[in-house]
Amino acid sequence: MTLLDIRNLSVEFHTEEGIVRAVDEVSFDIPRGKTVCLVGESGCGKSVSAYSLLGLVSPPGRVVGGEALLSGETLPGKETGQDLLKLSEKGLRSIRGNRISMIFQEPMTSLNPVFTIGDQIIEAILSHQAMSKGKARRKAISMLEQVKIPAPEQRVDEYPHQLSGGMRQRALIAMALATEPDLLIADEPTTALDVTIQAQILELLKELQADTGLSVLFITHDLGVVAEIADEVVVMYASRVVEKAPARELFANPLHPYTRGLFNSLPSLGGSADGRLKTIEGSVPDPLAFPTGCKFWPRCELAVDGCREAEPELRTLAADHPVACDVIEGDADD
Amino acid sequence: MTEKGNEKSTGFWRTAWKRYRKSRMGMLALAFLGLLAAIAFFAPMIANDEPIVCRMEYTGADGTTTNELYFPGVKETLRQLPWIGPALFSAPPPFSRMDFKFKKHFKPGRDWAIMPPVPFNPLETSEDRIQGYSGRHWLGTDELGRDVMARLIYGTQVSMRVGFISMGIAALIGLCLGAIAGYFGGWVDMIISRVIEIFMCFPVFFLILAVLAWFPPRIENIMIIIGLTRWVGIARLTRGEVLRLRELEYTAAARALGAGPFRIVFRHLLPNALAPAMVSITFGIAGAILVESGLSWLGFGVQAPNPSWGNILRDGYGLMATTPHMIPPACAAIFLAVLCFNLVGDTLRDVIDPRTRGRGA
Repeated sequence: MTLLDIRNLSVEFHTEEGIVRAVDEVSFDIPRGKTVCLVGESGCGKSVSAYSLLGLVSPPGRVVGGEALLSGETLPGKETGQDLLKLSEKGLRSIRGNRISMIFQEPMTSLNPVFTIGDQIIEAILSHQAMSKGKARRKAISMLEQVKIPAPEQRVDEYPHQLSGGMRQRALIAMALATEPDLLIADEPTTALDVTIQAQILELLKELQADTGLSVLFITHDLGVVAEIADEVVVMYASRVVEKAPARELFANPLHPYTRGLFNSLPSLGGSADGRLKTIEGSVPDPLAFPTGCKFWPRCELAVDGCREAEPELRTLAADHPVACDVIEGDADD
Repeated sequence: MTEKGNEKSTGFWRTAWKRYRKSRMGMLALAFLGLLAAIAFFAPMIANDEPIVCRMEYTGADGTTTNELYFPGVKETLRQLPWIGPALFSAPPPFSRMDFKFKKHFKPGRDWAIMPPVPFNPLETSEDRIQGYSGRHWLGTDELGRDVMARLIYGTQVSMRVGFISMGIAALIGLCLGAIAGYFGGWVDMIISRVIEIFMCFPVFFLILAVLAWFPPRIENIMIIIGLTRWVGIARLTRGEVLRLRELEYTAAARALGAGPFRIVFRHLLPNALAPAMVSITFGIAGAILVESGLSWLGFGVQAPNPSWGNILRDGYGLMATTPHMIPPACAAIFLAVLCFNLVGDTLRDVIDPRTRGRGA
């Protein structure tokens, strides 16, 4: 069951230096109740893809093509099937925070410092649901409890600066989920947190997902996090999707040279003690001057002359496992 | 991290106030301004030729004699309140009573009255002209025999009113335009910024002189003109602050939660951008008081016979060669009020500005 079907999403930034295609024909879908991880380096377009779903890409960026079909809710009273990319600002506003919520990288700055945690959760609830303030407040407290913030009755009246980073991220999750959305977009929500807190937050997200049937679009560059939380993985490189696979399949059988490079550059316990960490040579190409053909060929170990000519399309080599590389063979294994 | 439970959480302004309290100068200045504000409001109970409270026997036009308590001073004070004030005229007794002249009907021995500490009306002339400081007239009298102390007290009213109302207008315009320019950016920002630059070129004082050539030189007009010209500083600060705040993630978070642009600007960003504007507003009040004093001194401000600090200075200036007694009190009043507003502004800036935050605390 697909909740959100994204097809050929393209986003461009019209800058003075030229047109930057930050997201190029990206397609993937988010099944209900599952977690999709969008993986890639900084600047590969993963955040922009997610932001564009909610119309949050600000000028000079704009969506130039594609569709994002949000399937209808089975519950009565909510709107059914619509293309997010064609919605008006007003229509989007009724989606944002209501059917699709978002949490951000910096829990330190994602909360408004002049209002209490409770005020902000209550505002989130009241802007989408008609209920009394007292009821919204009780809902806020129960949300704080749900995200395992201790003493929620007191925390609800505290200001963001009185909470630690992990607590703030929990509060943000509570705020995002207070309206019972179908999809949570999490933009590197654990990057700014230390590792133990990170694990707790991931654990919390998994529990909440199990309880509510929430879908999560999780943006990260951390493969450790992906292994922890993902059901499906979408790997992006230089504005394009280079590989898509269920998490288990991807970890067992990475196909694209870029994905393999990513895995190889992880330190492993069994690795040779004398060697240095492997890296992918070179750096992410300048989006104003992408290489012709496959955008990865200048850094690719397997590159052949043909790679410079034609941009590879996604082709399904293994079951449920499309990859955008013309060189790699279907049954290639590591 | 407070685990103490019932303790009230500390918001931004509460913590700022905590830090503010540590500044002795700032507190002293604030206390003095509080005193000035109190003097301004309670002027009819401090300097008045009518008593604060009295008991009088009075035979009305219909021949009935009453012997009751009257509160002319209190009534006059409360009358200044917006909305409630005018209603007091038709309010039930005892406040609404007093349809006769106190002085004409007061008989010592039969009636009693508690007079204000300065028992003179600021407009009331007398035969005691150009007197020095004395027990009767604390700060002496002017050319027309009016009590300078009483005039100074009512002058406080004018100065406070000009300061707060004109900067109130300025703050309203400045905060709104600044926030809108900062948040929306693009051509909106472009237009507002140009308007700000144009307004910054106006020499406010001379603009007021020019405008007063067409409009009657009333205090209301002066307040409006100061308000309409002094908003630029506030707008610029607010714009800069909002420009910074809108890039923070809680703005994105608010948008991602479905908040519209005006909700974000006025509910989420403006309260956070208020701090620097507050400092500017405080300095602005001092500036407005100076402008009003200057105008009154030149004769374009508060019109005779109504008192204002600038007027008193002007009246005293004519007598300076022979009897300079009116100059020091008026000068001191202007000087202290302006100084205190500036001190409060300075302290406010110190406690709000994160770069100086660690200093006092």
